[in-house]
Amino acid sequence: MDFTLKTFIFYGFALLTIASALAVVTVRNIVHAAFALMVTLFGVAGLYVFLQADFLAATQVIVYVGGILVLILFGVMMTSGRLEMRIHIERGQLLLGGGISLALLMLLLTVIANTPKWENLTDDGTAFAPTTKRIGELILKEHFLLPFEVASVLLLVALIGAALISRKEVRE
Amino acid sequence: MPEIFSEGFFPNINLQDETNWATDFVRDVIIPRLPEAVAGHFSLELGTVLVMLVCAGIFVAVVPLLPLFLVLAERKVAARFQNRTGPMRVGPWGTLQTLADGIKLIFKEDYIPPQGDKLLFLLAPYIIFACSFAVFAAIPFGQNILVSDFNIGIFYIMAISSVIVMGVIMAGWSSNSKWSLLGSLRSAAQIVSYEIPLGLSILTVVMLVESLGMRDIVNSQSGGIFTWLIFRTPFTFIAFFIFFISSIAEVNRTPFDLPEAESEIVAGFHTEYSGMRFALFFIAEYANMFAVSAIAVTLFLGGYEGVLPGYDFLGGFPGFVIKTLGLVFLMMWLRWTLPRLRVDQLMNLCWKYFIPISFFNILGTGIWGLIFKKDDVWSIGISCVIIYVGLISAYAVAGRNLARKPEPQPS
Repeated sequence: MDFTLKTFIFYGFALLTIASALAVVTVRNIVHAAFALMVTLFGVAGLYVFLQADFLAATQVIVYVGGILVLILFGVMMTSGRLEMRIHIERGQLLLGGGISLALLMLLLTVIANTPKWENLTDDGTAFAPTTKRIGELILKEHFLLPFEVASVLLLVALIGAALISRKEVRE
Repeated sequence: MPEIFSEGFFPNINLQDETNWATDFVRDVIIPRLPEAVAGHFSLELGTVLVMLVCAGIFVAVVPLLPLFLVLAERKVAARFQNRTGPMRVGPWGTLQTLADGIKLIFKEDYIPPQGDKLLFLLAPYIIFACSFAVFAAIPFGQNILVSDFNIGIFYIMAISSVIVMGVIMAGWSSNSKWSLLGSLRSAAQIVSYEIPLGLSILTVVMLVESLGMRDIVNSQSGGIFTWLIFRTPFTFIAFFIFFISSIAEVNRTPFDLPEAESEIVAGFHTEYSGMRFALFFIAEYANMFAVSAIAVTLFLGGYEGVLPGYDFLGGFPGFVIKTLGLVFLMMWLRWTLPRLRVDQLMNLCWKYFIPISFFNILGTGIWGLIFKKDDVWSIGISCVIIYVGLISAYAVAGRNLARKPEPQPS
């Protein structure tokens, strides 16, 4: 594999993602962790661009950074007075968590090992095709219509539930 | 069924280096002019990156000049509305006042609150600044004045501008001041809420154009003023106003300036900032204001296309800037005319009016697209008649309600 500028940028993004992800789990300050998560999500969006999934990259930023992370920060700022937390970990939890992590690692390694032409994803000479149309067709016309509708109904239920819980009952 | 996201509308942007415009520029213009000895060793990729960096540099250098002008304009407009003259001392008619203020800000002490979170405090202005500038990369200023024509252009703009919230929260939290935190929480709630009607009104445009690319959106409005998307259907006409008002809320300007309400929380999320960092917030705010106006012009008011097809009146780069500055003036006009909304009024306006109307707009646009397969004289004529009748009746209803005298209060 020749070392072009593209590989340089790719490894930049990969490094950014991994370093900030490490920061998320090691940093004590919970707000710092949330902001490190922002960098991670950005890095992943950059990797999506490398996979020619531009629509997915923008969606990643809108949904995760602009939506979910803002909610997480709201929760952190509104609820916790102490920001530095020592989380006590039992040995049983450690074993269980370690086991699950190891299984996940094995799964990912298997996928990586079984993916053909791993390094040629953007360099195989095919023209970059816009993904928006294909995604729209898949979700609204073809295979994924049912999961899409189920997810939207689920979100609607969550929305109504949240409104119901947060609503003050007025009895007059 | 109208084929949404049809293939032909997408420009084929290639991530491969061979079709990149910067690469073309390097290969066709720069390399032939290099001396023989250097040309052989000149890397095409490095040249591409250099050309792109120079273009980005031009933007980063030019865009801060915009606030320089806009701040002065704002002060002059405010002065006019209040029957004053505004700044008059520095330079002819006070035209150099902003420059003097900028230099003053550079020389001021850069104070960092000792109880705050230093790292985040230092980072926050850069996040906001970088995001408001990244938006400019996708705005088509003219036929050939466009940094990058993404095929997801408008979606990219939405994504990048949604990150500004993170900078606001970061600034507010790291200052360790209750005013800052209150301001940033208000700002975040406001921006997250108003993003929904904003996105939904963009969607009406995307449905009609069948593309997310900014250049496609402008090109579909090339047939003169009546093909501008604002007049194309009655629904886009409504969507334009929802878009514009939501944009004002997005950039935190009066009547939606609760995050920066001077009378309540000092200056909101940038209370603790001083010197150049404060200036960065200020520049970003005005750059943002220009950017949202430019997006509104691109989406609804024809972008760089003129009033008449084939003529350049209100078209091209000057026309684009004139239209954008017109909207910016409208924002200033509103700022110095209307009082600030209360929090509950703000949220009511967004969730109870704008979002349902936006959904209605999307439904209506879809039905419109089914009835009129393509835009011709008939569809645009009917649309304009509906808009005209709607405006007249709205004017009549509003006039009757305003003319009704309030009940005399018992004294």
